[in-house]
Amino acid sequence: MAARILTITSGKGGVGKTTATANLGVALALQGQRVVTIDADIGLRNLDVVMGLENRIVYDLVDVVEGRCRLRQAMIRDKRLSELYLLPAAQTRDKTAVSPEDMVQVTEQLRPEFDYILIDSPAGIEQGFKNAIAPADVILIITTPEVSAVRDADRIIGLIEAEGKESAHLIINRLRPDMVRREDMLATSDVVELLAIDLIGIVPEDEYIIISTNRGRPAALDDHSPAGQAFRNIARRIMGEDVPFLAIRESPGLLERLTRLVRSRTKSGG
Amino acid sequence: MSIWDKLWGRRAPTSRQMARERLQLVLVHDRTRISPQLLQTLKNEIIEVISRHVDIDREGVEVTFTQSQRQSRLVADIPLQGGRSKSAG
Ligand SMILES: Nc1ncnc2c1ncn2[C@@H]1O[C@H](COP(=O)(O)OP(=O)(O)O)[C@@H](O)[C@H]1O
Ligand SMILES: [Mg+2]
Repeated sequence: MAARILTITSGKGGVGKTTATANLGVALALQGQRVVTIDADIGLRNLDVVMGLENRIVYDLVDVVEGRCRLRQAMIRDKRLSELYLLPAAQTRDKTAVSPEDMVQVTEQLRPEFDYILIDSPAGIEQGFKNAIAPADVILIITTPEVSAVRDADRIIGLIEAEGKESAHLIINRLRPDMVRREDMLATSDVVELLAIDLIGIVPEDEYIIISTNRGRPAALDDHSPAGQAFRNIARRIMGEDVPFLAIRESPGLLERLTRLVRSRTKSGG
Repeated sequence: MSIWDKLWGRRAPTSRQMARERLQLVLVHDRTRISPQLLQTLKNEIIEVISRHVDIDREGVEVTFTQSQRQSRLVADIPLQGGRSKSAG
């Protein structure tokens, strides 16, 4: 069986690409899948620390591409999940050290031995992005419910369509249902309607993500993390399972409506 | 808008509504590469061409975008003056 290649990208930086890659890698491995995550953010290596594997790096993606080591030597096996591997980015080089053809070659070598290959894309729409999407079978576009992030996601969707890549799905990250209920944040339905692409997951804002990043232990390993749960659900959807979306209540209940009403009336009254 | 909002009269737009409306506009301009200035030029020229043949209410002309899925459409709404064409009158 040959691996499916998924690239996680966004346009805008800081919206959760690396967090999603690490957590989906863990979540797929928890489902018994053989997974390798690739950090394509050359020069701004991050996936290693989010996965907690930074101390074990000897070689990196650029060493592989430039023939200083064999592919297997650069791959780091996860401490917790024996079927999860990381191929780290180089920290001291820039994006031009790797070409889209290199990425295709490396992933083709990995394909027969894995079920999933996850590629963490850098921000932007330049070479690093092109490297990351070149070998992709499926593209996961991640955005937060904010004007600038959604706008950049739309740009990425346009570029992906122009590349002739068919399969793109949307992940909305850092959703705050309380803010949506107060009408102070774009709702899932707003983002999905505006971008008009298939939604594959909604990940709530979750302080456990920060704690888990501190520890180098992705939240998907923790039963109590709502974001971890959301990533585990996305992993199952990737595997073709029909998993209902988490019950994130985005519309106000009766009590909230009444309090808001009272508040707005007292405000206008004085 | 929910029934509650309707019952108690329209309030100032919420920040969610503003975000949605602003995004809608920005995305249309990004996707079509039609800037607000170009849109204005198109509108002026449409008014000019149409009014050469038909009396129209120039002030009432609206040129806007609509979206269905990822397909954008330019829509011109041109109210006619009196409803008769120039040649007929
Ligand atoms: N669901 C979430 N809840 C809380 N914090 C998050 C969430 N997702 C991401 N973050 C935080 O946002 C920051 C940026 O995330 P990161 O994955 O590095 O983004 P990117 O790779 O897109 O630049 C990090 O500090 C991360 O911990
Ligand atoms: Mg990153």
